[in-house]
Amino acid sequence: MLATARTFTLDGISARPVRVEVDVHRGLPNFTIVGLPDAAVREARERVRAALVNCGFEFPLRRIVVNLAPASLRKAGPGMDLAIAAALLSASGQLEWEGLARVALAGELALDGSTRSIQGALAMAEAARESGAEAIVLPAENGAEAALAEGIEVVPVEALGQLPALVAEEWEPARPQSLPLQLDPPLGAPDLADLRGQPHLRHALEVAAAGGHSLLMVGPPGAGKSLAASRLPSILPPLAPVEALEVARIASACGRLGSGLSGGRPFRAPHHTISAAGLIGGGTPPRPGEATLAHRGILFLDELCEFRRDALEALRAPLEAGEVAISRAGGQRSLPCRFMLVAAANPCPCGRGETDPDCSCAPHHVQRYQGKLSGALADRIDVLAAVRQPSAAEIGGAPGESSAAVRDRVCQARERQERRLGPGRCNAEMTPAEARTCTLGSDAAALLADLYARQRLSGRAHDRALRLAQTIADLEGAERIGEEQMAQALQMRRRDRG
Amino acid sequence: MAEPTACLECLRRSWLLAALGPYIEKIAAGEVGRRSPELLRLSNEDLVEVAAPKVGEQMLARNAALPEERLVEELLLAECWACCRHGDLYPDSLRDAPDAPWALIGRGSPQLLDGLEPFEAVTIVGARRATSYGREIARELGRELASAGMTVVSGLAFGIDACAHRGAVDAGRTIAVLGCGPDVAYPASHRSLWRRICEVGLAISELPPGATPWRWTFPARNRIMAALAGMTVVVEAAARSGSLITTDLAADLGRDLGAVPGPVTSRVSAGPNALLAGGACVVRDAQDVLDAMLGPGRQQIEHRGPELDSALEAVLTAVESGHSSCDAVATAAGLPGPAAASALARLELLGYLTCSSLGTYSRTLLPSTTPVSL
Repeated sequence: MLATARTFTLDGISARPVRVEVDVHRGLPNFTIVGLPDAAVREARERVRAALVNCGFEFPLRRIVVNLAPASLRKAGPGMDLAIAAALLSASGQLEWEGLARVALAGELALDGSTRSIQGALAMAEAARESGAEAIVLPAENGAEAALAEGIEVVPVEALGQLPALVAEEWEPARPQSLPLQLDPPLGAPDLADLRGQPHLRHALEVAAAGGHSLLMVGPPGAGKSLAASRLPSILPPLAPVEALEVARIASACGRLGSGLSGGRPFRAPHHTISAAGLIGGGTPPRPGEATLAHRGILFLDELCEFRRDALEALRAPLEAGEVAISRAGGQRSLPCRFMLVAAANPCPCGRGETDPDCSCAPHHVQRYQGKLSGALADRIDVLAAVRQPSAAEIGGAPGESSAAVRDRVCQARERQERRLGPGRCNAEMTPAEARTCTLGSDAAALLADLYARQRLSGRAHDRALRLAQTIADLEGAERIGEEQMAQALQMRRRDRG
Repeated sequence: MAEPTACLECLRRSWLLAALGPYIEKIAAGEVGRRSPELLRLSNEDLVEVAAPKVGEQMLARNAALPEERLVEELLLAECWACCRHGDLYPDSLRDAPDAPWALIGRGSPQLLDGLEPFEAVTIVGARRATSYGREIARELGRELASAGMTVVSGLAFGIDACAHRGAVDAGRTIAVLGCGPDVAYPASHRSLWRRICEVGLAISELPPGATPWRWTFPARNRIMAALAGMTVVVEAAARSGSLITTDLAADLGRDLGAVPGPVTSRVSAGPNALLAGGACVVRDAQDVLDAMLGPGRQQIEHRGPELDSALEAVLTAVESGHSSCDAVATAAGLPGPAAASALARLELLGYLTCSSLGTYSRTLLPSTTPVSL
């Protein structure tokens, strides 16, 4: 007797359909799973056996073969337990479920037969819809996130024992409420008002947020670099619903949706000991890295110069392309990673800076340290902000402008950019050709041309200055880039060399 | 032009010094400072007796047996040449010193040594651990002195030395005096600078090609640097610095001393400030050096920045009084952040300021036209 069921395996952040075929026939009692299962899938044998028995079903003492098709795809994770159990019940005649092949099932089983939450439920619900399934049966805990996928019926179950009632249509679970998509940062998120004084840093943050420009802050420890970075999400424009769904999909695939979405744009601050694979994703099967988790949000690299060089190098291409391409023997996956890069660094290893008489760093140490500031990754950074220790008067003074006020200006500037460039795009993404179409006042053009002619600017730096100036003009609501805005952009741009 | 020629005896002395490297290192250890120039006054026999009494005989015998063809071939292979104290190319200024090197091994254009008078060369020395202020000054001094026709002499070390060379190779003549063979780039990270100096300038040493540096070879090359130039300028140096060995040696030879004043709180300005207190010539820019060496007003460096309006003037004053980041300048000049930012960008464009890769601003040597009000 044969039965088939549909389920999914998670591959990166997308779900790949898997067909579970269970064959039960006479022979020595045996239970085999074939079709490239990983250890967690193979252990489903024990979980399924115990769950069946503890839910009052009979575990057939016959020869059982479970085939996971396609056989060439490597299957991972415990999410196939439910489908294997359902197909086994059907094949052994304990559950007459003629619609089994038309629904998808995913979920991990506990030994008592109750279901446990899985990773990537949202992606699986969407994949079920794409593959034409009528419904997807999931653990109750994943119901809310799977309900974010529209156009497919989501059936949350709490235990394997509920399946007979479900099949007999004696019991109909309520359609779960979908998780609310939080577009705005949550209430009580850190506010920019905490940053006191530091007018230049505030301006740099605002410009970076308005144009989506990557930002590097350099200054002594304790000057407020990390504080400033953690306030950035609060001044960025709210997520578009489409973007929020992308963020939710990634969070779901990483099992981070259990307590719901944190709200607003992601803010990821990996520690500087992170490996290249941890940063951009990797492993077999590929798992998303911090760059993907920061999609549509901010990736904050504190102590940029302490990061491993290979990790920073690996970040270069994804920054440019907006996606990570991971090649494995089984094929190539791409993971989205459109994030805003924010980095902070000390001026030298001891942090005091060479002009401080107490700085005791050897010159070659400083050279090596700062080498990372001028490496390939730094080439992708637009804005440089030199941060200094705020004075006592500033620290004790009035709080700065609140996030809400800054965010209003940022949103208006983004609207202007979208009108000019198209929906969802910002100045930082302007191609060189688009940058040349910026409207410059004659003074501003003269200033830029003068600098370029004196070879103080490379071609790339020229375009970078144009993009920054355009953002400053957008913030001020100016129709064309004036001389003042161009001068500010030239000051704010990252320097190519010391 | 005088040809680079060296007699066999002087050449052998260079090879002997290289062979004695580790022995001299041992006896000079702990008091490296002035010991090695003193040691190098000794004749071959005495030097060997002092440094390596046990193997001295053998070493002298082996050295005396070195055939001229082999030495010439080694020089050729390393693309070097040699001149000795008996030849025409050997600079007269070196003959003043009692501890002058017997032979100079060079790589690059020998014309730079040809008829080089002390008043045509300036030695710039300073700390390896220099601040951006010192590096900027060293570079500007190197550039302006070289473009004024001076030969800039320095030691290719980290910090001030390299900056002086970098400024000078772009503008004119520079000589690097090395503590290793002239075909050895030391420190290794200055390889490209060394290569460039060999192309347009000159690297010299008293050690043969391939010789490795020892601690004692640096004070030893300092005596050559001190003797070559009419004036030795210290840009930045800590109170007990190798650069001050050079100034001591220069003073012994009756050469002029110059020092760039710095903040009294800065550790690396303690050396030059102490020299100034002792009567060294104040070096604020290349003009001061030219005035001291050639006489006031004999050669003028003409450069003045364009005029500034009052807002830019205020920002420039703020940077001159030590505020380096945009925020600090904005507070000091009483301007809103964006206005200060654009003023800094303009001043950078006009050449008054430079910005480091860390976003901190410092003043260039360009004098402003606005008269200083007291």
